Amino acid sequence: MYDYGLFSFDSKADFLRRSEQFWNPDKTRFWQDAGVDLVIDRRDGYLFWDMAGRRLIDLHLNGGTYNLGHRNPELIAVLEQAMGRFDIGNHHFPALARTALAEALVATCSPNMRRVVYGSGGGEATDIAIKTARHTRQRRKIVSIRKGYHGHTGLAVATGDDRFSTLFLSDRPDEFVQVPFNDLAAMEDALRGGDVAGVVIETIPATYGFPLPEPGYLQAVKRLCERHGALYIADEVQTGLMRTGEMWGIAKAGIEPDIMIVGKGITGGMYPIACTVVSEECSAWLKEDGFGHISTGGGAELGCIVALKVLEICGRPEVRSMVHYIADRFRGGLRAIQELYPEWLVGIRQDGVVMGLEFDHPQGAKLVMRRLYENGVWAIFSTLDPRVLQFKPGILLEPDLVEEILDRTAVAIGQALADAPREAALR
Amino acid sequence: MSAVPATIGTSDPPGAPRARMMLARARWASGAFARYDTGRTRRVVDAVAEVAYQNAERFAIAAVEETGMGVAEHKQRKNEACSRGIVERYAVEDYVEPRIDAAAKIVSVPKPAGVVLALTPSTNPISTVNFKVLLALMTRNAVVVSPHPLARRTSVEAVRALSAAAVAAGAPDGCLQIVEEPTIPLIEALMGDPRVDVIVATGGTAVVRAAYRSGNPSLGVGPGNVPALVDASADVAKAAACLADSKAFDNSILCTNESVAIVEERVADALSRELERRGAHVVGEDDAQRIRGALYPDGRINTVLAGKDAAALAAASGIKVPAGTRVLVAPFPLVVPEEPLALEKLFPLLGLVRVPDAARGIDAARALLRIGGGGHSAVIHSRDPRTILAYGTALGVLRIAVNAPGSTGSAGLDTNLAPSMTIGTGFFGRSSLTENLEPRHLTQWTRLAYDSDAAEPFGDFAGLDPWSARPEPVPVAAPAPSEAGAVTRDELRRMILDELRELVER
Repeated sequence: MYDYGLFSFDSKADFLRRSEQFWNPDKTRFWQDAGVDLVIDRRDGYLFWDMAGRRLIDLHLNGGTYNLGHRNPELIAVLEQAMGRFDIGNHHFPALARTALAEALVATCSPNMRRVVYGSGGGEATDIAIKTARHTRQRRKIVSIRKGYHGHTGLAVATGDDRFSTLFLSDRPDEFVQVPFNDLAAMEDALRGGDVAGVVIETIPATYGFPLPEPGYLQAVKRLCERHGALYIADEVQTGLMRTGEMWGIAKAGIEPDIMIVGKGITGGMYPIACTVVSEECSAWLKEDGFGHISTGGGAELGCIVALKVLEICGRPEVRSMVHYIADRFRGGLRAIQELYPEWLVGIRQDGVVMGLEFDHPQGAKLVMRRLYENGVWAIFSTLDPRVLQFKPGILLEPDLVEEILDRTAVAIGQALADAPREAALR
Repeated sequence: MSAVPATIGTSDPPGAPRARMMLARARWASGAFARYDTGRTRRVVDAVAEVAYQNAERFAIAAVEETGMGVAEHKQRKNEACSRGIVERYAVEDYVEPRIDAAAKIVSVPKPAGVVLALTPSTNPISTVNFKVLLALMTRNAVVVSPHPLARRTSVEAVRALSAAAVAAGAPDGCLQIVEEPTIPLIEALMGDPRVDVIVATGGTAVVRAAYRSGNPSLGVGPGNVPALVDASADVAKAAACLADSKAFDNSILCTNESVAIVEERVADALSRELERRGAHVVGEDDAQRIRGALYPDGRINTVLAGKDAAALAAASGIKVPAGTRVLVAPFPLVVPEEPLALEKLFPLLGLVRVPDAARGIDAARALLRIGGGGHSAVIHSRDPRTILAYGTALGVLRIAVNAPGSTGSAGLDTNLAPSMTIGTGFFGRSSLTENLEPRHLTQWTRLAYDSDAAEPFGDFAGLDPWSARPEPVPVAAPAPSEAGAVTRDELRRMILDELRELVER
């Protein structure tokens, strides 16, 4: 009997049955078939426990949502305190916490950034970015990266992989153009017509397995945008908040975007909101018709207060220092593992604690994911490139846990190598 | 170590989450530092000592201004002693290289403690900061300083300067940090944090007891209440000079300063005259009573007057003293617990008790230590080794300055004891540290011990160096925009290079 107060389940099997019945049959089934029978129960820091009691180290972090750890005590404290006075607020009126967060957020961005528009999740924030770009440039076309990922809402989904847009008849190839990553010629072709409102691009494409931008690529894209009158929309959902060792990955690249999308980690998984930061030029619709985008839960004030704390924590010199130590330790540790299996672990993509491990097998990351799971580590394959495992440690990790992660990872990678030929034979 | 960051919830005092983060950063730094070889360690230590030395005067003045205690010139001397002096003193020691004992078939590998939480006092703020920081760095420890709130500003400034020097000289980022807004609940929270490997506590009894209660290993020290026996064989003039200088030194703010001179009757008058010749003023019974009332109201030391000069003490007591008086001497009849003048002195007041002979003097000294200062220090002025030995045997203290000033003698500045701002009071004084704190107290040794059977050959370890001489294995984070202090890293690097050049050219 698993008693959670308001609800209970007889057993894990009972829970999974009801999950299929009432929630999402395919998704529930998928993980059972993938050998990951995970049902997350208790969570604390960078650890969580399956409902059957198994301890796992979280290297998925929901794409950086748990950058500061699960149920970070400072965030809990600030949220608890906020609830004594605030709720989500009213989306029509000037709001105390929304304004305070906007001011604090703008202060962390490049100097051209001016205002913040709020959504309730990264998809909505991307929609806001696209709508803003279209209004600003009075053009309809949006360019994105093939295998890029910006969420599943109406406009955002059209920028992403066909798998998610065609399912709902939401692909719009006439308005949403996709070009390969790191291909400047293709980008220039897409922009040359002078009819593109904006280019939306993850600083390091996460769901694609964190292929690193070639040196100069992002900067060249920015120049192409300027030349052809398109706006540069930086999706910083997974590369922001110190994950690359700087507050924003795009700043590390030396780029001043016109619009920046922030989500996930900004509220540490405590009370979700997402933010679209815009330049003065891109603020025009906010002066023309401020009711142009309305979102009841967007910028919920409780979330804004948590986000203020997240920004404060991420801005501490201690955190900056630790991210570098963590990244350095993983760099060394993963290299050592690669030396053991050079023809299996064929690539290590790393910028700060944003990492992708590339395996020499079309489904390599799924094999490693399963073995990692058995060995007590939860890291997810890249949906849009299953050769690559997303390896996303938190920015507050301490040395002992990092050593433990590396120990477990070395074992799991070796085990997965042994699985690979069998997997190939089955195919 | 818990894998969970900042595990303490909403009951954590303000500032604790941030301070725990400093400890986490220190853990990373200590891991990197622990791999340093001798050369790299020495470069860090030398650079930090040099900056401490260059700043000795500036921070001495600042500390006196901030705390209102002590004498800048004397604090400068202590700050200097605890910079270059400390490094010179331990120059021949090695806390990095493994030791090979072929005869015993044992290899000993030195290991740092890890993260040192250094509590520093208001009385000797900068010398203690310099001292603990250098000891920690010599032994490749990361250190987080928690300053006494009364000396916060100066301590923060000093640690920032030392930290910048350390990192500029190649120390791991974050190996030297300071709690900038210390409060008692915050310090208590930090002392109990599992990220701390050892607490080095200097301060009042309360804070030292709290360190021992924390559950973390601690090196704490207790208060002193120093008896100074002057027997009939003593060189009375020298004894008086030592007593007067020691009491005047930094206005008696060192816990090793003399509390009561216990003087053999035969030489008492002569000693009093000699004291007066050296700027001490021996008061009469009425003034002694006034002093009791002002300096020990309710039978407890008036801490407001700690570190104040003799003129201030006289003014507070409402007594008249000759111009130029450096020390007040208050005779009293008997060392008993209800006598205020038998309590600890943190100002230039010296009690004076006459005894018929040395044996009774030893009894009086024991009585004084029953009141306070167990395990700490004592002083004797005598030329009779039998008396000196009897004194040392009878007293429950762990260092006795012989024919030397107490303040600077027991602290190792005017004797060959280890120069130290942290005076272990041992088991007598409820401490785990029985000596003056030295670098070796922050080092531990892993011993590789071979089978003693002659059939088992000892390995050949010659020429093996377990530590890393790589120049840049430590990630250096660019300072955050908000972190830019008064001195940038580049400026500092230049400063250090200039100083080194000066040294070479000298």
